[in-house]
Amino acid sequence: MNLMMLLEMASSAFGERVAFGSKDGSGITYQELYERAGKASQYFKETNAEHVSFLAESNLGLPISLFGSSWAGLPFVPLNYRLAADEVQALADRISPTVTVTNNDLSSIVQGKEGVSLVTGDQLIDITTAGATPDPSWNMDPEEIAILLFTSGTTGAPKAAVLRQSHLVSYILGSVEFMGAADNEASLVSVPPYHVAGIAAMCSSVYSGRRIVQLPTFDPEDWINLVIKEEITHAMVVPTMLARIVEYLDNDSSVKITSLRALSYGGGKMPRPVIERALTLLPDTNFVNAYGLTETSSTISVLGPDDHREAFQSSDERVRQRLSSAGKPLPSLEVSIRNDEGIEVPIGESGEIWVRGEQVSGEYLGQGKKLTADGWFPTNDGGSIDDGGYLFVEGRIDDIIIRGGENISPGEIEEVLLDHPNIRDAAAVGVPDEEWGEVIIAVVVSRDPESFSESTIKDFTKEHLRSSRTPDKVIQVDELPYNETGKLLRRVIKAEMVKEL
Amino acid sequence: MEIRAGSRLKSSVCQTEVIAVKAPGTEMDIRCGGVPMVDPTGSIPDDPSPLDAAMNGTQMGKRYVDADDTIELLCTKPGEGSLGLGDALLTIKESKPLPASD
Repeated sequence: MNLMMLLEMASSAFGERVAFGSKDGSGITYQELYERAGKASQYFKETNAEHVSFLAESNLGLPISLFGSSWAGLPFVPLNYRLAADEVQALADRISPTVTVTNNDLSSIVQGKEGVSLVTGDQLIDITTAGATPDPSWNMDPEEIAILLFTSGTTGAPKAAVLRQSHLVSYILGSVEFMGAADNEASLVSVPPYHVAGIAAMCSSVYSGRRIVQLPTFDPEDWINLVIKEEITHAMVVPTMLARIVEYLDNDSSVKITSLRALSYGGGKMPRPVIERALTLLPDTNFVNAYGLTETSSTISVLGPDDHREAFQSSDERVRQRLSSAGKPLPSLEVSIRNDEGIEVPIGESGEIWVRGEQVSGEYLGQGKKLTADGWFPTNDGGSIDDGGYLFVEGRIDDIIIRGGENISPGEIEEVLLDHPNIRDAAAVGVPDEEWGEVIIAVVVSRDPESFSESTIKDFTKEHLRSSRTPDKVIQVDELPYNETGKLLRRVIKAEMVKEL
Repeated sequence: MEIRAGSRLKSSVCQTEVIAVKAPGTEMDIRCGGVPMVDPTGSIPDDPSPLDAAMNGTQMGKRYVDADDTIELLCTKPGEGSLGLGDALLTIKESKPLPASD
């Protein structure tokens, strides 16, 4: 099993289709991608590197390096170019000797480092233009490492999640129909290469035959313009991107998006007002919420278009709530909610989300597999499953607030806060307290800071939440801290609140 | 032939090629058109005679499984033969297409 076998099938069945590039025909076809991957694999092997790393925004060198490294049998390691220079250098040390695919702006970060040889995306295009394509020679060992992804590290030093060929290939075979895309379909990828969704998007598109258009740096206006110009039919965004797209569309009613058939989102919790507004603004678009982790080769649970419509149009609050859910687990894997002792909890009760399946790795480099003896991966995400089988994700277990012995999910409080017309963004954190163990602090961004009143917000939460779950204090800030892939950095907020109070 | 996940096989009677996605790693009698499949680098037996009952065709990108779920083959090149484990024909693993999520 090897990602290359997916590309080989694509190349032989629809090799002439554009794989990455514009609808005007510029870019590379599946056959060309296959040939370039073969030549890149020869080049990578000649450098004597043990890893192929990628330090740049998305470009044509990205798919060539991804598939070329699988062909060469070398792990592909996308690096987060937004980290500080010394952090990137520390990661490079961990994967040395490496050949790093980069660009002119970023190459200086690792230039001259021992064990790092550099090539730009443009140079890789040149290198893979001339010469003959080698015969297929990739290894079919399912245990070979395909990808190392440094996790975003909202806690401590980044860990390198290990995704083996079997995990990614199982994920694609289990969730994507071969050649399932019509030849006029195009997917806009704006998540960065070091996000598991960025990797998964490339593999899914190759197997389904859907052209990819890359947006190297997200900006709502650029995103919308590309959707219109390239007649984009599919796109994936993180919640902060959708919030900015919605805001843009709200401010400019002359913009018409007609080609977009499917818009999927994931990578963090989507505020309900944002998705509700998006459903109103784009009534002909199918929305998909995908929940997954790096360690599970991306998506494990999906809230599909019909679920979105049904929940959005329902007057039953229980059904409407499902708009905040991660939908149902993929049929190719199992999900279970467990308590502290690892015992499954009854339907509707909260616990830790556990997952088991062929796409689940749960392994970190140098630390082994964090799986139970019978193959379950405890995700460290809290959640529950309702009687309809819908999975509700409550966020990292470490973020759960324990007030007076009661476990409280910050997400539940934030959802209520976001329903208030004057609140644009909200976070709830627990801060140590002698009497209660922890008290709940709500940190909010107002739409109109002048008219903000703590008591009004507190009263509002009392109307919608059990009294033990209402914030003890509501603090107004200019903005909340997020990492660049849209994850709210609760720990940062918590640390600030502890310091301040 | 010993079949493990990742093993490639080609048909002796048509253009069909498969990759084992799931396999027990033991000796298995995988057939296409009723005739044992061979290693892609190996030679095809002289004058293989396909069974008419096992010539319904394979489809590229489909996964084929046996009734006991011991083996799963991914068709990477289509042909006229049908895949089989011993005398029993394999069936297409029905998959519920998922909405594109990434």
